[in-house]
Amino acid sequence: MSKTTEQVRQSLAKRYRAEKRFRAFGIASIAFGLLALLLLFTDIIGKGHTAFFEHYIQMEVTFDADTLGIDDATNQDQLNFANYDGVIRNALRERFPQVQSRGQKRELYSLISTGAGYPLRDMLASHPALLGQTRTLWLLADDDVDQYFKADRQGREDSRLTPEQKAWLTSLDDNGQVKKEFNASFFTSGDSREPELAGIWGAVCGSFFTMLVTLLLSFPIGVAAAIYLEEFAPRNRFTDFIEVNINNLAAVPSIIFGLLGLAIFIGLFGMPRSVPLVGGIVLTLMTLPTIIISSRAAIKAVPPSIREAAMGLGASPMQVVLHHVMPLAMPGMLTGAIIGMAQALGETAPLLMIGMVAFIVDVPAGPVDPATVLPVQIYLWADSPEQSFVALTSAAIMVLLAFLIAMNTLAVFLRKRLERRW
Amino acid sequence: MDTGNLLLLVVVMVAVAYYMGRQRSMALARPLGGIRHLHSLPFYYAMRAALWCAIPALVVLGLWLVFDDSFIRTLVIGGLPADQLPASESARGLLLNQINNVASGALPVDSVSPAVAAAAERLGHLRQISTMALAVAVIVVGMLGAAWGWLKISPQLRARQQVERVLQVLFMLCALIAILTTVGILMSVLFESIRFFGKISPVDFLFGLKWSPQIALRADQVASEGFFGAIPLFVGTLLISAIALIVAVPVGLMSAIYLAEYAHPKLRAFAKPALEVLAGVPTVVYGFFAALTVAPFIRNLGESMGLDVASESALAAGLVMGVMIIPFVSSLADDVITAVPQSLRDGSLGLGATQSETIKKVIIPAALPGIMGGILLAASRAIGETMIVVMAAGLSANLTVNPLEAVTTVTVQIVTLLTGDQEFDSAKTLAAFALGLMLFLTTLALNVLALRIVKKYREEYE
Amino acid sequence: MDNASTLNKGQQVRRAANPLQAEGKPPMSNEHPYPEKTVGAPFVDDPKMRMRDVDVFYGDKQAIHGVSLDIGKNEVVALIGPSGCGKSTFLRSLNRMNDTIDICRVSGSLHLEEQDLYDPKMDVVELRARVGMVFQKPNPFPKSIYDNVAYGPRLHGLANKKYDLDEIVETSLRKAGLWEEVKDRLHQPGTGLSGGQQQRLCIARTIAVSPEVVLMDEPCSALDPIATAKIEELIAELSESYTIAIVTHSMQQAARVSQRTAYFHLGHLVEMNDTDTVFTKPQHSLTEAYITGRFG
Repeated sequence: MSKTTEQVRQSLAKRYRAEKRFRAFGIASIAFGLLALLLLFTDIIGKGHTAFFEHYIQMEVTFDADTLGIDDATNQDQLNFANYDGVIRNALRERFPQVQSRGQKRELYSLISTGAGYPLRDMLASHPALLGQTRTLWLLADDDVDQYFKADRQGREDSRLTPEQKAWLTSLDDNGQVKKEFNASFFTSGDSREPELAGIWGAVCGSFFTMLVTLLLSFPIGVAAAIYLEEFAPRNRFTDFIEVNINNLAAVPSIIFGLLGLAIFIGLFGMPRSVPLVGGIVLTLMTLPTIIISSRAAIKAVPPSIREAAMGLGASPMQVVLHHVMPLAMPGMLTGAIIGMAQALGETAPLLMIGMVAFIVDVPAGPVDPATVLPVQIYLWADSPEQSFVALTSAAIMVLLAFLIAMNTLAVFLRKRLERRW
Repeated sequence: MDTGNLLLLVVVMVAVAYYMGRQRSMALARPLGGIRHLHSLPFYYAMRAALWCAIPALVVLGLWLVFDDSFIRTLVIGGLPADQLPASESARGLLLNQINNVASGALPVDSVSPAVAAAAERLGHLRQISTMALAVAVIVVGMLGAAWGWLKISPQLRARQQVERVLQVLFMLCALIAILTTVGILMSVLFESIRFFGKISPVDFLFGLKWSPQIALRADQVASEGFFGAIPLFVGTLLISAIALIVAVPVGLMSAIYLAEYAHPKLRAFAKPALEVLAGVPTVVYGFFAALTVAPFIRNLGESMGLDVASESALAAGLVMGVMIIPFVSSLADDVITAVPQSLRDGSLGLGATQSETIKKVIIPAALPGIMGGILLAASRAIGETMIVVMAAGLSANLTVNPLEAVTTVTVQIVTLLTGDQEFDSAKTLAAFALGLMLFLTTLALNVLALRIVKKYREEYE
Repeated sequence: MDNASTLNKGQQVRRAANPLQAEGKPPMSNEHPYPEKTVGAPFVDDPKMRMRDVDVFYGDKQAIHGVSLDIGKNEVVALIGPSGCGKSTFLRSLNRMNDTIDICRVSGSLHLEEQDLYDPKMDVVELRARVGMVFQKPNPFPKSIYDNVAYGPRLHGLANKKYDLDEIVETSLRKAGLWEEVKDRLHQPGTGLSGGQQQRLCIARTIAVSPEVVLMDEPCSALDPIATAKIEELIAELSESYTIAIVTHSMQQAARVSQRTAYFHLGHLVEMNDTDTVFTKPQHSLTEAYITGRFG
């Protein structure tokens, strides 16, 4: 055995230990990343899953004309201003006749959501004959009550409810007058100060209109810019400058685009605040680099032989591009556009700058109605003090993530399905 | 007629122009013996007519919409009696707001001076005229253009070349938007910053140690502007970014190395996209996670060890931001590591190096420029990140490097200063733009440097 | 031209087609194109490396079919053959460089003196320190000339003092015939050298570890004729102290530098003999066809 071999052998044990350490460090790093992901998702789902259900309390409600303060249940004006809370309070008092003092009454009334009267109005509107009659109805519980029923033993003790309120609730629960139901209003209503009434539909619509504007602007512009840069632009310093700009814009912090929107679109052009149109334009500028870069990659992947073949048949450069290059590059471009859209859908900071952070109850009907978007809604709810908003926020995050996952899956699917291998 | 309807009308006009152009070119071709005797296909003649209709109409529409507001404003202000003319820029803005509110009905007419009421009426009137005039102008220009395009159609007309030329220019304009955006960003932050530096000296801003813009209680108060020393913000930003990088760089780099050099293809096929999911999670979600889960956890942990941890500690925001940045580091590192030629690996392994020795002594040194570029990009990401810090970092500007205390950052202050009630001219509002300028310049420098390094690195191995 | 790179050997092998069949001609040796046993004298007494019935697979595809041969002490063995004949694959299995390719599998008996190369107890790091390799394309590390040569000794802890290391570097560079050219710029990057100098640097790097065997995978294919001549001279000098196996697609080179030559054809070792014999009196028709330039 040579001297070298001997020396090599001596060093081996130490070197293999180093090798093992290095590998372990690598595995630990990946595990850390995956664990963080897992923790994030379980945390959100753990906090948010309760928001998909809410509690109702059964009451004998009498549609008493005097309490409601109306005489004609077919009159829309009267219906709108009727005192539905009054009949609900009557029902509560009847259920708990022992409650006498003013303070206790207030505590009792607060068991039912302030929004519980809206279904009564709708019932009366569709069945005017109900006026004066008594019905057994399920009324939406207040969010503190909802929290109380969702909590475990410890959570119930920590609840903000008073001992009397807890006793009433126990009595109701024991009589089977409390039920848990799917929270449909979460998906169908707009924002509200009351957690049990708040929903994401307004934000979803706002996001939809914002994304619509973004897609309509950024996709054609991005593709056109990519085609110009790949196929027509002369190789000179000006083109280089455009490229440097695009690459740099892709890395500019998103909040800067918000400042741009605020100063130029709202300040200089006098566009309205809080509307999806401006939000969409700002997000367009933000996603354009992504779309241009991926579209260029897709165009580059089209082999030159295709261009030469078309050129050889006498097609003009523009015809080559429009008839051959663009259709072949389309799957790649679409994939890039979807990824860019997914980025834009999750973006919050620039929209805060252009006022989409306002509290808006109405569901927007078009791109120039004041609106908020899903991520901003999440931000707003996360800032709200009520405990119930934590669950709502997490639920809204789950909805947002579901949209993002759907979009990314679509992108992956498109890439796998349509991408051609040359 | 509102803008939406007007746009619809333009679309109809363009369609008609297209149809007419097509008909005319076909009609011209028939006596000649078919369309092959035309210079271009009928499609191009039709497109040419359509473009002649669309472009002038849309240009008029766009310019009008951009400039009509300021034009009308000038007219309204100019129409005020001489003694009512606003003295300063800010007074002018206030007055305009008032007039606007009266005109839109948000402010009752009897609550303002007769001059303002008259101006409001004038404003409404001018707006009506403007809308009408716009509709007329757009229709006339569009029709004239279409007619011109239609009349010029002849078998010799080089319609295809012209249409393609126009398309190419359009494509180029689209590419120019990238430059326009950069210019727009620069203008928007620069002008407001210059106004800010007119009120607060740049030296005080850049080197001042105290930041408290919220102090202004009354406008006439002495020193009502508060303090605008940005050092605490810069330090806070750097502190949180540094924590983020301390988490993200080793984890991201080692993950990339393990996945590129060691991992079984199956693990790689699973772990790589799974890590990239981290990059796809919206930042607002990380903010929520940081504020509601990580920060309380760290505070409780610190308490159990007898440490005093702020509920909005820099550590929580930095940690979560680090997790967010992991995929940026790892995917960029993966790119550069896989770009290192296999021959270098073979050379090292062939000399009897172990795999980790090859990685540590050959691959990483060879990939170092690329990795550095990736880290710089990640740093730029961390500095510009907004939502995590807005939700999980503090508002009070403490000058500290203790990660357990609450610090605030540049982006947090921009958001705080610009959301909620604001007067457009106060130093408070303008300060946000000055901070924006700093942020833009810093990230710009980092990005340009990083992109240059990465590009150079790529060229080396191509 | 045989440009089977070390990188994607698998693909190269897969793509290779039988040149005879491709031209639609019948195989030269009746039904069996390949001899049952290698023609000539593949074995020597007391060999440095002894290979028997070596098969190499890339996934399902067999790249080497039952090759048996010996490499004698301090001799230069040339492996020749047309593109994709598996000679590089075979060479890479001699210091287990094929381990880096996931789908590659080697079977048969391969011994370095008395040690089984593929014995699970065999340490691949130690093996590669004893059986060094020079690659087709010069691949200096992006480090200084000095660090390139010192890389192996440092890894294996061959020098305890800076002085020892300096000596190893100088000796290796001298042996590689590079010392005079680079002694004044030892701390400049190795990538700045010319192609021929880079390849000699790689050889110096390899011999700095004092291996017993040096494998060379077409070391001159990326070089110009003058640089090639220098490397060939160097090989002749090195053969005094090292055992060398060299893959080459140039028959002239094989004839100039080697004592014995093995002719590979589509993964089979067709013929192996003294270099003179192979080139002047080939015994197998395939060898003859290759030597006379009928294909290759």
